[in-house]
Amino acid sequence: MTQYLLSVHHVEGEPMPETMEEMQPIFEAVDRFNDKLRAEGAWVFAGGLHPISSATTVDATGEKPIVTDGPFAESKEWLGGFWVIEAPDLDAALRWATEGSRACAGKVEVRPFQDEPPADEPA
Amino acid sequence: MGATDEIERIYRAEYGRVVASLVRRFGDIDVAEDAAAEALLAAVERWPVHGVPPNPGGWLTTTAGNRAIDRLRRESHRGAKHRAALLVMDDTPHEPTGVVTDDRLRLVFTCCHPALAPEAQVALTLRLLGGLTVAEIAQAFLVPETTMAQRLTRAKRKIREARIPYRVPAAEDLPARLSAVLAVVYLIHNEGYLASGAGAPVRAELTGEAIRLGRLLHDLLPESPEVAGLLALMLLSEARRPVRVAGGELVPLPDQDRGGWDRDLIAEGHALVRECLARSDRTGIGPGQYQLLAAVNAVHTDAPTTADTDWAQIAALYAQLEAVAPSPIVTLNRAVAVAELDGPEVALAMVDRLPLAAYHAWHVTRAEMLRRLGRSDEARTAYDAAIELAGNEAERAYLTRRRGTLRAP
Repeated sequence: MTQYLLSVHHVEGEPMPETMEEMQPIFEAVDRFNDKLRAEGAWVFAGGLHPISSATTVDATGEKPIVTDGPFAESKEWLGGFWVIEAPDLDAALRWATEGSRACAGKVEVRPFQDEPPADEPA
Repeated sequence: MGATDEIERIYRAEYGRVVASLVRRFGDIDVAEDAAAEALLAAVERWPVHGVPPNPGGWLTTTAGNRAIDRLRRESHRGAKHRAALLVMDDTPHEPTGVVTDDRLRLVFTCCHPALAPEAQVALTLRLLGGLTVAEIAQAFLVPETTMAQRLTRAKRKIREARIPYRVPAAEDLPARLSAVLAVVYLIHNEGYLASGAGAPVRAELTGEAIRLGRLLHDLLPESPEVAGLLALMLLSEARRPVRVAGGELVPLPDQDRGGWDRDLIAEGHALVRECLARSDRTGIGPGQYQLLAAVNAVHTDAPTTADTDWAQIAALYAQLEAVAPSPIVTLNRAVAVAELDGPEVALAMVDRLPLAAYHAWHVTRAEMLRRLGRSDEARTAYDAAIELAGNEAERAYLTRRRGTLRAP
């Protein structure tokens, strides 16, 4: 099994549901999708993120950590939410992504996680 | 033919089968390709001395398999990839299960996976199923060899990292996935039929390779109507190849020397089209786009002269195609038949409505219709635009001569 990141991106200027009436059906569809992921054992983790205005960036590559308000780079698009799923191959992951895209009414990007490093050999 | 040529020929013919079987066994395309290359080296050493074995394909597969195992064992302490390949190693001989009858069928679906870029699908298919070298593919698509090598490496890495499966798709996905495979084969054929870039206008090595892939698919999926349709379409186009270019100029269908058409290919294509029609009658499932295009070609190749062409039939086939796979290019082709049936004025009105100003064939069609209507100045302008947009020299030469036969401006 491979883990895949299914990410949903918001693009600046694209219309987004704002009112509760618009959002409610999407929330419900995503809930149903999440339940299905759990029921079929594909669920690893998922979550939606607050708007990009809530982001803070930390850079500790230098001597002192620097904390700044905002995303790490100015961008016209940003991560809005994601699922981490487990699937046997890309075809299975793409099927989940198709359902996820329908549920959240947005484009979904599919990326495989790198293999975990081999577990420690027993001593 | 020298011994080396003979080995090269066998290797090319068997390459797809050898690599497909190794990919199944070892789950890794690079391992399969390396092992196939080692088996070729062994054949080059051994066959000239001991003779070509009775089943050269089987010999290559066994030898490559043994080399792959040797190498994996040697390197297993080093690479996780190789360790993984040993773990997934599947030694069962391949058996027909459902529609899967051949490892090559799985491999073609991997190569033509929609998660890969179209140009990568084409390159992988030619490399792994067709056995073309990277240099040959690069030359066929007029890109530097390093570019093509990178394209292939990137595609293979994606297959490995994203786990693009090595499998015939599930029944519900099969029609869509098969149409992606057919699109790749048709693209290879079209690039050979009328090259888009500089160089030879017709590339027999590409049309030939596309037909070889088409025959392979037809062998693997004999019941698929669209596979048969695509093969028929390619055979009937190929039949006209010997007389499609003369004296460095493209020769359009009405002017072609019909005595130069390849009668064997036409007979084979017609038989496939008849098979498709009979199947469609039997199943009640209407023909798809490749079968309809094959039928159009069958009507053309059935006519002893251009004047004898059954234009009503051709117009009806394009109308069906508009329903199955609508596109302005299909309508443009129907307009050509309509010009023969209802006159150029009706047809030109159809053509003028199409959003194809960037497509050279639209300008060619307009030019010919305007010529027939005696609107010479407008025809000249249309030829000018067509010549500007035409991709290869043979077509420009033909159009320039055609333009030259208009009355002086």
